[in-house]
Amino acid sequence: MGSVARLTGFSRVQIYLPIAELPISILLVLGLSGAVGFISGLFGVGGGFLLTPLLIFLDIPPAVAVATVAAQVAGSSMTGVLTYWRRNALDLKLGSVLVGGGILGTILGVLFFNSMRRLGQLDLVITIAYVTLFTCIGGLMLFDAIRAALRDRQGKPPRLRRRAGMHPAWMGLPWRMRFYRSQLYASVLPIAALAIVIGFIGAVLGVGGGFILVPALLYFFRVPPAVVVGTSLFQILVTMTGATVLHAVTNQSVDIVLAILLLVGGVVGAQFGGRAARNLNVGSFRLLLALLILSVGLRFAIELFLPPAEPFSVVMPESAR
Amino acid sequence: MSRLSKTLLAAALGLAACLPAKAETLIAALSTHRIAITSNYTGDQLTVFGLVEREGRTAARADPYDIVVTVRGPPRMLIVREKERVGPLWVNRQQRRFPERPIFLSVSSNRPIEEILTEDAARRERIGLANAQRIQSTREFEFGIGPYRDALIRIMEAKGLYAEHERGVTFLSPTLFSAPIRVPATAPTGSYEIEIVLYAGGAALARQTTNFEVIKTGMEQSLASAAHDRPLLYGLATAALALFFGWLATTIFRRD
Repeated sequence: MGSVARLTGFSRVQIYLPIAELPISILLVLGLSGAVGFISGLFGVGGGFLLTPLLIFLDIPPAVAVATVAAQVAGSSMTGVLTYWRRNALDLKLGSVLVGGGILGTILGVLFFNSMRRLGQLDLVITIAYVTLFTCIGGLMLFDAIRAALRDRQGKPPRLRRRAGMHPAWMGLPWRMRFYRSQLYASVLPIAALAIVIGFIGAVLGVGGGFILVPALLYFFRVPPAVVVGTSLFQILVTMTGATVLHAVTNQSVDIVLAILLLVGGVVGAQFGGRAARNLNVGSFRLLLALLILSVGLRFAIELFLPPAEPFSVVMPESAR
Repeated sequence: MSRLSKTLLAAALGLAACLPAKAETLIAALSTHRIAITSNYTGDQLTVFGLVEREGRTAARADPYDIVVTVRGPPRMLIVREKERVGPLWVNRQQRRFPERPIFLSVSSNRPIEEILTEDAARRERIGLANAQRIQSTREFEFGIGPYRDALIRIMEAKGLYAEHERGVTFLSPTLFSAPIRVPATAPTGSYEIEIVLYAGGAALARQTTNFEVIKTGMEQSLASAAHDRPLLYGLATAALALFFGWLATTIFRRD
């Protein structure tokens, strides 16, 4: 805890961000990225869906926030991947299938993104997508987690997750593959389709997509939670490293100073998050992730449904920068 | 510096010559012409010093001198959007474009502007926030633009980029004045234009312009230019750095 005392000395210290073109409190950014990194390591989600809105709230231009968070997510998922790799909780084969589908989905998503931007109202589409996606996924997970907890309390045995020879219909499609580490023997088709959808959503919303991938692998494919997180982080690592380079080349909005600050906070936070995940049982893991996703969805819903205090907003076209 | 002040003086004299039967000239100097952005930059302040020179023969005026200092930052296109109710949702519906608006605007005077000159004169001479942010030649006749322009000024004021200081100019003597100009950290890089106008009894007697620039220096400059000139290298370096940090954290925190 000595480090906390030392850090408070820096609370007033500001550093100028050369690409975002404004100064920011070092302690504030380290604190935020540390907290988001912890969540990232705990749940195997990239954390971009939390960090990007937070940075925009701190007046960092949206393009810079999205691009720089990609670098931070790459770094913190690298930590997570190595941690899970050492614990043998990473299915490289499943991860590779997900990466392949993810790349295809990302390309489709970028094309869709650009065509929508030409039509206008991109902001609205993004907000509505956040609200529906987050409240639906979060709500479903919360419902399921509560039902499981009640069942547990009544002393009934938990539902058997999977019995030999019993599996959902989509796993039995052609091209079945054996994923030993995930204890999964399933068709590649639904897995690749899932990866394409996630890559698509990720590119449109500017997030890694871990918050969709993790529940999908848990619920649709019944992959063990420990393996889900490591494998999801692997997929995020590859796509976000690519996204960082792509953002730097196409719109020059990656702020390296901000990226370093976010990385320092993020990787340290992710370490502790990864540790905490080991001591967390499946029930509370699901409940917490559900609440987290649901609260982000509600936060966007408020923006959409409540009358704004200031109905006007001033924007600078990005091309003018 | 001396050459610059000489040219400024010459410009001032030239301007003064254009104003017929006015015996005053305005001489102005800035504490600095360059604000350098370094890694610990949190905004800066500079001071405008000015002197009203009166020709010896003219009699003293009945009205005291008034000074208005207007600082305009680099111009950009600004878009103002308005949220409206559509069913249960609040959605951006209407927008108005404001081309070539200064991103930074500061108007300082020695007393409230409405006491210095009439509203009509202020509009004509682009004095005050609402008038100064307009483009020189055009008057906005576009239907219903008023609320958008008011919102633009309100929001920019809330961001600290637009400001009006009605006691921002101090007379140190009846003819010597100073005006501090605060440049916030969020103000953009580029060239800033300062316009100083001398009033007495509501009439403009003399005016003077000068400028300063806000630029990135040192590491900030090299990083920004690397991002723009070598984007692939910059991107790869950032990605490599990110992965290195991730790896470093696992080795540092490794216990098992």
